[in-house]
Amino acid sequence: MNTKNIMIVGVGGQGSLLASKLLGRLLITKGYDVKVSEVHGMSQRGGSVVTYVRYGEKVYSPVIDKGEADFIVSFELLEAARWTEYLREGGRIVTNTQQINPMPVITGAAAYPQELVAKMRDKGVTVDEFNALEKAEAAGSSKAVNIVLMGHLSRYFDFTLEEWMEAIEQSVPAKFLELNKKAFILGREA
Amino acid sequence: MKQLMLGNAAVARGLYEAGCAYVSSYPGTPSTEITETVAKYQEIIAEWAPNEKVAMEAAFGACLAGRRSFCGMKHVGLNVAADPLFTIGYTGVNAGMIIAVADDAGMHSSQNEQDSRHYARASKIPMLEPSDSAEALAFTKLAYELSEQFDTPFIMKMCTRIAHSQSLVETGERVEVQKTYEKNPGKYIMMPGNARKRHPVVEERTRALVQWAETAEINRIEAGSDHSRGIITSSTSYQYVKEVCGDKYPVLKLGMIWPMPEKKIIDFAASVDELVVVEELDSFIEAHCLSLGLKVTGKSLFPCIGEFSQNLVAEKLGMPVPQGEGAVDAAIPARPPVMCAGCPHRGLFYTLAKNKITALGDIGCYTLGAVPPLGALDTTICMGASVSGIHGFTKAQGGAADNRTVAVIGDSTFMHSGVTGLINAVYNESASTIIIVDNSITGMTGHQQNPTTGYNLKGDPCAKIDLETLCRAVGVKRVRVVDPYNLKETEDAIKEELAAPETSVIISRRPCALLKYVKHKKPVVVESDKCRSCRLCMKVGCPAIFMKDGKACIDNTLCTGCGVCTQLCRFDALHEGKED
Repeated sequence: MNTKNIMIVGVGGQGSLLASKLLGRLLITKGYDVKVSEVHGMSQRGGSVVTYVRYGEKVYSPVIDKGEADFIVSFELLEAARWTEYLREGGRIVTNTQQINPMPVITGAAAYPQELVAKMRDKGVTVDEFNALEKAEAAGSSKAVNIVLMGHLSRYFDFTLEEWMEAIEQSVPAKFLELNKKAFILGREA
Repeated sequence: MKQLMLGNAAVARGLYEAGCAYVSSYPGTPSTEITETVAKYQEIIAEWAPNEKVAMEAAFGACLAGRRSFCGMKHVGLNVAADPLFTIGYTGVNAGMIIAVADDAGMHSSQNEQDSRHYARASKIPMLEPSDSAEALAFTKLAYELSEQFDTPFIMKMCTRIAHSQSLVETGERVEVQKTYEKNPGKYIMMPGNARKRHPVVEERTRALVQWAETAEINRIEAGSDHSRGIITSSTSYQYVKEVCGDKYPVLKLGMIWPMPEKKIIDFAASVDELVVVEELDSFIEAHCLSLGLKVTGKSLFPCIGEFSQNLVAEKLGMPVPQGEGAVDAAIPARPPVMCAGCPHRGLFYTLAKNKITALGDIGCYTLGAVPPLGALDTTICMGASVSGIHGFTKAQGGAADNRTVAVIGDSTFMHSGVTGLINAVYNESASTIIIVDNSITGMTGHQQNPTTGYNLKGDPCAKIDLETLCRAVGVKRVRVVDPYNLKETEDAIKEELAAPETSVIISRRPCALLKYVKHKKPVVVESDKCRSCRLCMKVGCPAIFMKDGKACIDNTLCTGCGVCTQLCRFDALHEGKED
């Protein structure tokens, strides 16, 4: 098979690490070659962050380039728009509709663009959009946005619900397990 | 069983399996996780040193004593440690010693884009360069074998994409290595008479390493079907080449980047029509090929600036580049990194900016004080440069004539190399005002302990260097502590110390708001009817404050209740949240 590419994008501090851990864990149990890549350090301080997950028979490059992503999972709307050009033809964006203003918007130097989902669709991009923050809060914590989005992404993978749940059990502390499982299901059904 | 492992964690695993017994490092992105991961192995003594020079010398001492040792750093850290580096190349080792250096092409988290491969050639110390986590683990173990076989430290050269990518590895068991120390002045006392005898040994060792490189498995040729072109590459560039070309062109992948083989490269060049070198940053492999008299295409085709990617390599080699759906038709505002909500540095930088003070900055989270709307810094060069720089700056301006310049340096950076600058300021009778922003942790690299925090790398309580005592001990008479959450106290202190005709130190002290033990207060409350939309509260650049329908609003998920913004409002619209 050709290498599959998933990008997880968002704002530093939103918890993309857990999402990629979950995916990576599941993919190696299926015998795929897997690479997961992210940048640590300065950009994490509230900046735009991206994690690359690639899998297939043999994966070489640790990063995903423009025009290559099968999926872009975005924790924040503006970030989905920022990275859209990384999507391959026929790829899909799964995005939280939550908006977090970047500093240039806060200071008034720039405006948060309007109608972003419509503009993505104008490019012919398939977009799944919903408020993942509300789902996460319904599950018990605003911090579960990452698992809500993974739950939605899971609809497009062949793994069984049991396999996803097993991966969640291995990836989160026991005391947050039920919360995360609930968040996953809410996302999967969104 | 195979597992996903970060490149840096794979180096750490290699250290463990190879019987490394002592590690000393200074944190620096993208190298930090090697040492953080090592700290979890009980068999290994692992420490943060105050700086990279100390770390390298401590690691050398441990290898001299007979145990395999390691020190890790980012590229600019190797500049700090360059002094011992060039001489331990002469002495060689007793037990094996590895130095890891992590470059940051693209400058994700760095102030320059230096290519550390030059250090291998300059110091005559061999360098291995892994291209994924499996190699990071295997090369680390191999480097110890070679270090002892050839009697030299080895450099393990990482880069952001290898250090911070996870790929599959298989782990093994640990071996223990113990050698005895024997006094050997001719080998270890590098006074001129001895060093003159060691230099020829180094040159002979390099010739032997070149011979080893000719047949080494880690310098491998991968066959290709099309001999019109042959590619020499290494590290992450190898991955991009294989991603784009597959098995089309023959590839010579170099695992040891210095010294490089000669005959192997000449023979490879003879087997293809066009020789191409694909390497990030400077011409290094290409320069070697040129020195062998080969015709080669390298930097005439590929940039010497920034990171590569598969699309860049595809475009340059004339291979197909994927076309996606294209960019969204909208102006997407940038999202630069910002100081966190509740960051103790904010109040200080607001005060500096408000008073239009020239501030020589340093390396850490507080470098973010330079970005709008604060724009409170004038320089960022390297660790410690603020304290040394302000001395020259004030001297050149005629002492404290303008009373408008301060140095700003973090607690960890001050321990790293700020204290020597402070000694210089006292000794040479400077009127400098130095502000130590003490957030009780090494922040930017992700919360590492340092000599001022009272905890060591393993998380155990330990000796704590007291900054006030230290500053007084080197002769600073004016040392005071302020709380940067209190804007008036901070402003008064800065004005008074700037007016003082001698060296003074202000310690701006508040723990990082992200530390787990720091209790946040209730979010700030806005009385909307009192808000006059003056936007003064926006001047602190806090991500938790935004304007909605012309009124200031607080993002309750971000606000830590630090209260800095409440001190700015002239209309009493912002209040500290009531505690339960």
